[in-house]
Amino acid sequence: MSNTLLKIADVSKRFGGLQALSGVSLKIDEGQIYGLIGPNGAGKTTFFNVITGLYQPDTGSFELAGKPYSPSAPHAVAKAGIARTFQNIRLFGDMTVLENVMVGCHVRTKQTLLGAVLRHKAARDEEAAIRKKSQQLLDFVGIGKFASRTARHLSYGDQRRLEIARALATEPQLLALDEPAAGMNATEKLGLRELLVKIQAEGKTVLLIEHDVKLMMGLCDRLTVLDYGKPIAEGVPADIQKNPAVIEAYLGASH
Amino acid sequence: MALFTFDKKRYPVQTNVSLVVTLLLLIAFPFIASQFGNSWVRIMDIALLYIMLALGLNIVVGFAGLLDLGYIAFYAIGAYTAGLLASPQFADVLQSFVDTYPTLGHFLVSVSGPDITQHGIHLTIWVIVPLSAFIAALFGALLGAPTLKLRGDYLAIVTLGFGEIIRIFMNNLNAPVNITNGPQGINLIDPIHVFGISLAGAPGSGSMVKFLGFSMPSVNAYYFLFLLLCIGVIFFSTRLQDSRLGRAWVAIREDEIAAKAMGINTRNVKLLAFAMGASFGGIAGAMFGSFQGFVSPESFSLTESIAVLAMVVLGGIGHIPGVVLGGVILAALPEILRHVVEPLQMSLFGKVWIDAEVLRQLLYGLAMVVIMLTRPAGLWPSPKHEDRPEADHPHGEPAADVVKA
Repeated sequence: MSNTLLKIADVSKRFGGLQALSGVSLKIDEGQIYGLIGPNGAGKTTFFNVITGLYQPDTGSFELAGKPYSPSAPHAVAKAGIARTFQNIRLFGDMTVLENVMVGCHVRTKQTLLGAVLRHKAARDEEAAIRKKSQQLLDFVGIGKFASRTARHLSYGDQRRLEIARALATEPQLLALDEPAAGMNATEKLGLRELLVKIQAEGKTVLLIEHDVKLMMGLCDRLTVLDYGKPIAEGVPADIQKNPAVIEAYLGASH
Repeated sequence: MALFTFDKKRYPVQTNVSLVVTLLLLIAFPFIASQFGNSWVRIMDIALLYIMLALGLNIVVGFAGLLDLGYIAFYAIGAYTAGLLASPQFADVLQSFVDTYPTLGHFLVSVSGPDITQHGIHLTIWVIVPLSAFIAALFGALLGAPTLKLRGDYLAIVTLGFGEIIRIFMNNLNAPVNITNGPQGINLIDPIHVFGISLAGAPGSGSMVKFLGFSMPSVNAYYFLFLLLCIGVIFFSTRLQDSRLGRAWVAIREDEIAAKAMGINTRNVKLLAFAMGASFGGIAGAMFGSFQGFVSPESFSLTESIAVLAMVVLGGIGHIPGVVLGGVILAALPEILRHVVEPLQMSLFGKVWIDAEVLRQLLYGLAMVVIMLTRPAGLWPSPKHEDRPEADHPHGEPAADVVKA
């Protein structure tokens, strides 16, 4: 159970005069739901963008499942086994729900020009497998009945689910979710929580950024708290809740 | 219920019927039209070339969402490929090398041999078509490479520049060594031969092509060749659209960052889009050169690029039947105007008030404005599922077909 899946050490990132991240380290064990919390502007999304290759870090070492990986390009990170969602949903709006997930299968499939044109047996089989797997993933996240809808016409909560299904289609070892509960109502949050537990039960490891501290405390196995680009606490939820540095960061020094 | 449709996913039977009907009409067309002279078939010949171009551009602009304003460059590259490799021009090129750089020239002459030195290169269509596709694809990737990080307006400006660069090169590559013959263009390009039959007609036959005992005008023979190529291009396009690669293109169009995060190597996939689009343009260009027997830089101006883009946008960007429709309308319109407007004015007023060319530009502009106001997705856009939510599952079984497929 306690094999380390993701080990990140000493990540720093500077935007001009702003030190967005300084010396952030993180260790996630296999099968965990790991939380990353912190006040607005603490650098959570920057950290996400760095480990998934959208931003280039100034320093840092990156290791996934015992092997170093280089977050130099997002597509390489996806291939290495980290899939992500976005804080502001980024679906392929004009494609159908099913097609969105099928795009997610891209990285684990290989038919290209020749297969597309000739449609030989290997290409047809692969296409059928992609279709089947995508539909299964949609059923898994609970939006299977919307498969032929246009993605942009889904409700907000379902768009979040679709993003998760699309990320799962890349067969990740680590699923990284950037504020998946943002803008959700209480019922939707409950549903999301159930989904995440279900994903964990499938043996996936999840890294989660979230503002909703209540949700995080109940869901995560471990947490790291960021403030001003620095990690100020790390541990199990019960300890984090009592940590004075965390309380100060969230509520101010006078408490 | 749509009787005439190409929405294969929803109406497979009607689509097949529509395809067969369309094909029969297209086959019958030249036999009927040639009763009224060759000009109508000739118009369709050119329209078919434009359809190939529009379908090629549709891959770049419609599928991958990369606005390319210099697409006509690949048409030019195809045409000049045919011009150099299927005409006496190459003999002039060698002569020019000998005159300007004797050492290099004599070396090239000795490599080429006496036949090429005297008569130029004359490759057959079986080599010209794949070669022009390949060369155009190569240039497509080359010109695409520097634009990979650009989007929208900036991409449009750079591609526009590339289009002009190619044309200006063709215009000026007659010195110090004469390769393209400059503004005069390349003449005497071989007509296309298929299985030993010249599509321009045997000498002295009055441009009649004899084939399996049939005899038809040269323009009809070209019509069938271009129709065949067009069907090939449509086949390629549809297959690509419904594939892993086609989905990756659309994903890039919809959201490039998300596409990257899903593991799509956007650099390679975009280059492939540029190359595929360009290769269709190259084939169309080679056919244009062989059909006309003559190429010159002025056929490849910016207005041509814009005309092809207009076909894609007006027809229905990203939707293959729509793009074909756009190609037919915009390619045939000016020719029809030319045949109708001036004689009509002559007979009505006894003099020509409005030049056909002026009227064409007027109508082009008007059509674009009206289309963008009333049908912004084009005349025949992709079927949208949410237009008719009840049609999501036409057989009343929710998504069951998806699982089975």
